[in-house]
Amino acid sequence: MQIPKALDPVEAVKGKFPEAVLDVVQFRDETTLVIHPKEIVNVCRYLRDTNGLIYNFMSDISSVDYYPDYNRPGRFGVCYHLLSMLYNRRVRLKVYLPEDEPIVPTVTSVWQVANWLEREIYDMMGIIFEGHPDLRRVLLPEDWDGHPARRNAPLGYETVMFSFNSDEISKHKPFAKE
Amino acid sequence: MVTGIQNIEPTAIPDSMKQWEGSLEQLRGLVSERALTGETMLLNMGPHHPSTHGVLRLLLELDGEQIVTCLPDVGYLHTGIEKSIESRTYEKAVPLTDRMDYLAPMSNNLVFALAVEKLTGLDVPERAQVIRVICAELTRINSHLVWLGTHALDMGAMSVFLYCFREREYILDMYEMLGGQRLMSSYIRPGGVWRDIPEEFLPALQRFIDYFPAKVDDYEKLLTNNPLWIDRTQGIGVIEPEEGISLGVSGPSLRASGVNWDIRKSQPYSGYEKYDFNVPLGQHGDVYDRFYVRILELRESLKIIKQAMKNIPAGPFRSTNRKFVPPPRAELGRSMEAVIHHFKLWTEGYNAPDEEVYVAIESPRGEIGCYLHGTGGNKPRRVHFKTPSFVHISALGKIAEGHMIADLVGIIGSVDIVLGDSDR
Repeated sequence: MQIPKALDPVEAVKGKFPEAVLDVVQFRDETTLVIHPKEIVNVCRYLRDTNGLIYNFMSDISSVDYYPDYNRPGRFGVCYHLLSMLYNRRVRLKVYLPEDEPIVPTVTSVWQVANWLEREIYDMMGIIFEGHPDLRRVLLPEDWDGHPARRNAPLGYETVMFSFNSDEISKHKPFAKE
Repeated sequence: MVTGIQNIEPTAIPDSMKQWEGSLEQLRGLVSERALTGETMLLNMGPHHPSTHGVLRLLLELDGEQIVTCLPDVGYLHTGIEKSIESRTYEKAVPLTDRMDYLAPMSNNLVFALAVEKLTGLDVPERAQVIRVICAELTRINSHLVWLGTHALDMGAMSVFLYCFREREYILDMYEMLGGQRLMSSYIRPGGVWRDIPEEFLPALQRFIDYFPAKVDDYEKLLTNNPLWIDRTQGIGVIEPEEGISLGVSGPSLRASGVNWDIRKSQPYSGYEKYDFNVPLGQHGDVYDRFYVRILELRESLKIIKQAMKNIPAGPFRSTNRKFVPPPRAELGRSMEAVIHHFKLWTEGYNAPDEEVYVAIESPRGEIGCYLHGTGGNKPRRVHFKTPSFVHISALGKIAEGHMIADLVGIIGSVDIVLGDSDR
């Protein structure tokens, strides 16, 4: 079988979606394509199905929060790590989302694995994936308040007890009664 | 005459326990319509079920004994490791990574160390690379042994479990020689490994290499051609290659479906390109093939260790870049500069650029990835681990559909999940 010649993903996506590619970043041999959130599903499907690209495997979806002083297009970033088993290379797609409405279309229709990976990001980062079939919390309990992976979520710790402050701490500590 | 039992009054169930707080409406769309009318039965398997390999809850919709839908529920072991790492310096985050996949701690150390090295541009000396390969392969054998033992136990073969744990003990002893710890070794650190291999390590490794192949033969004698084993595993839980890729299945579970993808071969790290080993592939993608691929991997891992231990190069075991790696204790008494580096590195740590990297390696379970985003300071902005168990559990529902409930136990075992890995 003739394997089609590999295409440069940056040129290919730029040629097909000239409006959607906002930026291209190269760092330590990793290519990042910053994509407009509206076009992410089309770009993913194009990268997966086009001869010469065939990014058939979704490695990971990660999220990042640039709180508090971000000099980026948006507070949140969602990174899609794609892998082409045929051409043995990876590419990262990234979308930036604004603080007030972090909404991005789901890519569940392209890869089934995106289902749980997106649920995890919704759970941890509070990013909403539009059109997701089952957007529930996955790791935390359903009634959890807030999204802990956000940079403004407190880490939470217990004050170390010494003899001088033990009474003070015991006062507001929940002990088992009787 | 039967006595005793019928005389006992049934204990009254308090009202508070009779009702379920939720309503079936919450499950609309997730289970079939038949479950809502009561035609099929909803059953919770877990979270405390012996063959769910940890605390995994499966909500099953059953038609008789047949599984209509299977909804996995995870999160019982969530410990917030990713969030905790955000408050630690890069060096101090390493012990936390052990706790994710507690059966393969070295793989987790390795992926995190590789990510930090890629982000900061830190070099790794040749000797450390070889030691890392030995550790990673020992971890693979260790993890596969636990998997084989528990998987066989689930399917009713008790003795394999005892044999596997007996052999695993040797590996844990070697972990102890290396890192001073049997399980949470934290041995692989950014820049190399924590300390040089001790004197007694290589002889112990040699003894293990001589001893182990005969034991793998024993496992095979017990299982490979065992008609009971074959009956229970062949044709069960088939993952088609295309579907497996779409579901994100990776590692031995995907290779059992015949997809030739091993990150050690295709995107080598830590010098894996120097070793001669095969990537075992299955044909059918069923439970039996996943079992057999892992058995073959045990032998391949041994082959890699043999090649690696023959030529461990001399030289430093950790990078000598003192901006990233603390100086050895002995230097502290002689050099003022060493004291400064020691102090700076253990209090403040080192800075990494405000950029992002993604590193993926082949863990015993599949592709484990680490997404690391620096801040420009000494602590990361975001760490995200893509763990194979999380993805495999998400795929479990699709794989188990249509099978008998007794086969589900085999399917869970065969994709090899660790809940600590999944929930992090």
